[in-house]
Amino acid sequence: MERDYDKIPGTYPLDSRTYRKGYHVNMFLMSLNKAACRDKFSKNERAYLDTFKMTEEQKLAVIERRYLDLLKLGANVYYAFKLVSFDRQPPQVMYGQMAEPRLTFNEFQQMMIEGGRPISGNRSVEEWNNG
Amino acid sequence: MAKLTAGMGTSHVPGLGAAIDNGKTHEAYWKSLFEGLEPLRNWHKANTPDVNIIVYNDHATEFSLDSYSTFTVGVGESFRPADEGWGPRQVPEMQGHPEFAWHLIESVMADEFDLAVNASMDLDHGFTVPLSVAYGQPSEWPTAVVPVCVNVIQHPLPTALRCYKLGQAIGTAIESYPDDITVGIWGTGGLSHQLGGERVGVVNPEFDQLFLDNLTKDPLANTRLSHTDFMREAGCEGVEMIMWNVMRGALGDNVEEIFRLYHIPVSATAFGAIILENK
Repeated sequence: MERDYDKIPGTYPLDSRTYRKGYHVNMFLMSLNKAACRDKFSKNERAYLDTFKMTEEQKLAVIERRYLDLLKLGANVYYAFKLVSFDRQPPQVMYGQMAEPRLTFNEFQQMMIEGGRPISGNRSVEEWNNG
Repeated sequence: MAKLTAGMGTSHVPGLGAAIDNGKTHEAYWKSLFEGLEPLRNWHKANTPDVNIIVYNDHATEFSLDSYSTFTVGVGESFRPADEGWGPRQVPEMQGHPEFAWHLIESVMADEFDLAVNASMDLDHGFTVPLSVAYGQPSEWPTAVVPVCVNVIQHPLPTALRCYKLGQAIGTAIESYPDDITVGIWGTGGLSHQLGGERVGVVNPEFDQLFLDNLTKDPLANTRLSHTDFMREAGCEGVEMIMWNVMRGALGDNVEEIFRLYHIPVSATAFGAIILENK
């Protein structure tokens, strides 16, 4: 079923649709809260991922750290943080990778220092399609 | 009788905690923000209640897709800072107030709110960062705490009005607590920010400032906003601002705004803080 917030561009809330699609990938990400699980993942990422009922697409997106794809495959950004933290990277690395257009850490940081992404022109899919 | 003295709203960005923990508050990126927070910290030094009710959300730390209640109250004797993936923050444990927490639960449930009760939840940055914003780096926190966790992550979320009404019920609970203690209430999270997707980094100072204005002058205006209003205007994660409605609902009709700070950026977020004294 469509939701009124589907018209907001570039936005992936955790609702019942993403919940079901992303359950296993999010529970993998959640497991990284535990030091013992982080150890297992660092020893062999693929083998650890294979212990979760994730799709092959989701596993590859994790291994290749494709964050925007992870969101499209059902992961939620709060859960995805666990992977960025696992890599000991600042979140701006993930933000920049997801941004349209794609930004480096420094570019993303600079955009925020300059006042962030403006709301004007970024409220609806229509604005993006016409822009 | 217990007395609710004041409410605080503050963002709870993890980067703030990291800046404090790692001694970076004097660096160029943080300097003006932390200088701006000095009056807030001085106010807290002069106005330390016996217990703070802290309204926060858990970020896939203690609660997840497996179980996430709409409203959860912590009744533990103490609470540990959580491991969110990079090890727990090196901050003191938080002391609970089980007697007051249970009174609050009994009173609020009699007011038709169905609460989850939790004795052992670890508290993530959503809870510990506001403590650091207010109190810096003490060897122990100066007040007991009652955690009130609100689901603002996994839709369906409680409405902005429901959050305000929960605050009103908490206000009633405080008034009926027999001991002569002073109580503060904090709403945390926000202000405008979006952390995921191609629109990441969106902020909206006009929306944020109006929300802050309304907190003092017209709090019901902030209860008429839908989740989609928040998500569209203040970013997907800006919907956390509904937790400030809990804080505001607990306070009386007349409040005096005695502090406000608004600052962009903290990480990908518009930072906001406000102190409202109950009149």
